[in-house]
Amino acid sequence: MKYVDEFRDRAVAAALAERIKQIVRRPWTIMEVCGGQTHSIVRFGLDSLLPKDLTLVHGPGCPVCVTPIGLIDDAVRLARQPGVILCSFGDMLRVPGSQGDLFGAKADGADVRIVYSPLDALEVARANPNREIVCFAVGFETTAPPWAMAVVQAKASKLTNFSLLVAHVLVPPAMEAILSSPQNRIQGFLAAGHVCTVMGYEEYDAIAAKYRVPIVVTGFEPVDVLEGIAMLVSQLEAGKAEVENQYVRSVSREGNRQAQAIVDEVFEPALRAWRGIGEIPRSGLQIRSAYAAFDAAVRFRDVLASFGPAAQEDPECQSGLVLQGLLKPMDCPAFGSKCTPERPLGAPMVSSEGACSAYYRYRGQVTREA
Amino acid sequence: MSNSKSFEPACPLPASKMKTVQLAHGGGGRLMQDLIQEVFVRAFDNSMLAPLHDGATWPVEKGTLAFTTDSYVVRPLFFPGGDIGSLAVHGTINDLAMCGAKPLYLSAGFILEEGLSLDVLQQVVNSMAKAAQAAGVSIVTGDTKVVDRGKGDGIFINTAGVGLVPSGVRVLPTLIRPGDAILVSGDLGSHGVAVLSVREGLMFSGDVTSDSAPLHEVVGDLIESGIEIHCLRDLTRGGLASALNELAVAAKVGMAIDESAVPVLEPVRGACELLGLDPLYVANEGRFVAMVPESQAETTLAVMRRHAVSGQAARIGTVTDRHAPPVVLRTVLGTHRILDLLSGEQLPRIC
Repeated sequence: MKYVDEFRDRAVAAALAERIKQIVRRPWTIMEVCGGQTHSIVRFGLDSLLPKDLTLVHGPGCPVCVTPIGLIDDAVRLARQPGVILCSFGDMLRVPGSQGDLFGAKADGADVRIVYSPLDALEVARANPNREIVCFAVGFETTAPPWAMAVVQAKASKLTNFSLLVAHVLVPPAMEAILSSPQNRIQGFLAAGHVCTVMGYEEYDAIAAKYRVPIVVTGFEPVDVLEGIAMLVSQLEAGKAEVENQYVRSVSREGNRQAQAIVDEVFEPALRAWRGIGEIPRSGLQIRSAYAAFDAAVRFRDVLASFGPAAQEDPECQSGLVLQGLLKPMDCPAFGSKCTPERPLGAPMVSSEGACSAYYRYRGQVTREA
Repeated sequence: MSNSKSFEPACPLPASKMKTVQLAHGGGGRLMQDLIQEVFVRAFDNSMLAPLHDGATWPVEKGTLAFTTDSYVVRPLFFPGGDIGSLAVHGTINDLAMCGAKPLYLSAGFILEEGLSLDVLQQVVNSMAKAAQAAGVSIVTGDTKVVDRGKGDGIFINTAGVGLVPSGVRVLPTLIRPGDAILVSGDLGSHGVAVLSVREGLMFSGDVTSDSAPLHEVVGDLIESGIEIHCLRDLTRGGLASALNELAVAAKVGMAIDESAVPVLEPVRGACELLGLDPLYVANEGRFVAMVPESQAETTLAVMRRHAVSGQAARIGTVTDRHAPPVVLRTVLGTHRILDLLSGEQLPRIC
């Protein structure tokens, strides 16, 4: 398969792994920001190809994982409202709220539908004019443009039954939150390639300069990740802290201006709570007042308020530490015992991009093969 | 009645004059008899069904019988490469074949939703009849029930199948031994991707058609060729990964699989990449995995490749004596990871 096979080539990967071994002289701790990269690392066993002195920690870049339990509860409760059709990406359906997940609501009779694209949700709205279509809009900068496009199109076609429950988050503020933490041990980042495809990487210059960390925009295939690591450790060993782009086949410095413009038209940055991490200023998106008619938080304000205060995450779930790279999933006392994909304590165990899920699925309870 | 077109009777019409299934089609009266005669008996036509008794009877030969049951609830009813009818026949035949049996007779129980188009039912029944005839099996007994509109999904089919296991043949998970070669009969994932693509209206470049097919002929050939088959398993829901895990646990062995040896067609790989699915977990309906002694691996592959349904057969791994974890995958990069059971269905990812 073109653009995939050449980036999973065994010889190329082995050569890159060898190059990394040649470069690394001292111990380094680096973070891959995106959950897609984490899964690539664990699925292909990339960490077993790296020198022992190089520690990879898994970042917060899994939108499902960082969505706080209160928002998941809101989605589940809205789905249970009479007349509502809740549309969501498939990933979210198994994520536990304090009173069950969306699959559970569906089993109890709620109309919960998996969509593959925000524009599919628009079709649901057009086909069901007498129902309220609420979309659980979850994601990073990558999925914000299509949700924004859906809102613009909903307004243009004068739809009055379409709204978003927005749980969108932004990557750079989360990186800053990690770097600002007194416990931080991250010395360099592999930035999320697809987020940068939309946003470019101009905004990382200030972070690299302020915190003196190198940042390499990196893709998702094994060869991408290994090349990104090689570029990053080269900088670390040379004492540099620059922003570089490994993922040149997808990312340009300025990103996709059209996509950025439509996101800016519909959304504005807002304070957002992250699961296990807490509130981070300007780290989320909310719908601008010009589009308030399409904001489920406005449209269902009274219903949402009637739910009472947001629930707290299960104290046994260490996802906040995992998402900040302070704890490896397998070192969590609940991993594989109290917390499994069948009975998850937190979202990282069930999301397809979650670090806990990656370890459980590809490593199980055993240490990796020699 | 000389001018039936202008007359709208309140009493039941023969099934052939109606366009949709009515509750009365399952009510035991004349309408049901009409449906049975005009749709089922006509299509399945055979001497064992013809008496329309409560069950079919036949003389028993010496030997071992295999008996299986399965239910089919696929949506949509028609998909590229098959439909719920052919799928029901192939699936039942394949369950028997995996026991080493020659399939003989099937039953077919239909649960129909009120309002189903009779044309659709006729197409499905004709497809079942055609698939059964092509495979040399007979549908010898059946049942029909109708449920209220909204309480079904068009058609559900339940089947049972009976087959005869040749004397001396034993095919069981517990016969799997460390050192056995693990072979797969063809490329994986086409059925799941074909059904998903029409169900969700996804357009993929390249035509992906279901692999739904009967496997008893290739299995019969393996037995007649004197292959010492230890175990066979058809790769339905949960795909290759789930089947291997089940077998490894049942046989208390380990399995080492080489990812790069597992055949997957390009359009299927592409669709899976796009949706975040792993083809090793995607459903198949005409593929099986075989465990045979290492010394017979090449012969087995040669026999399999004589049949169109298993023309792409490949060696994918070896049974080991390490049973924790049950299945270990050697990735395309040469690293190792476990190939675990999933907790449920794979879900398309966000980004």
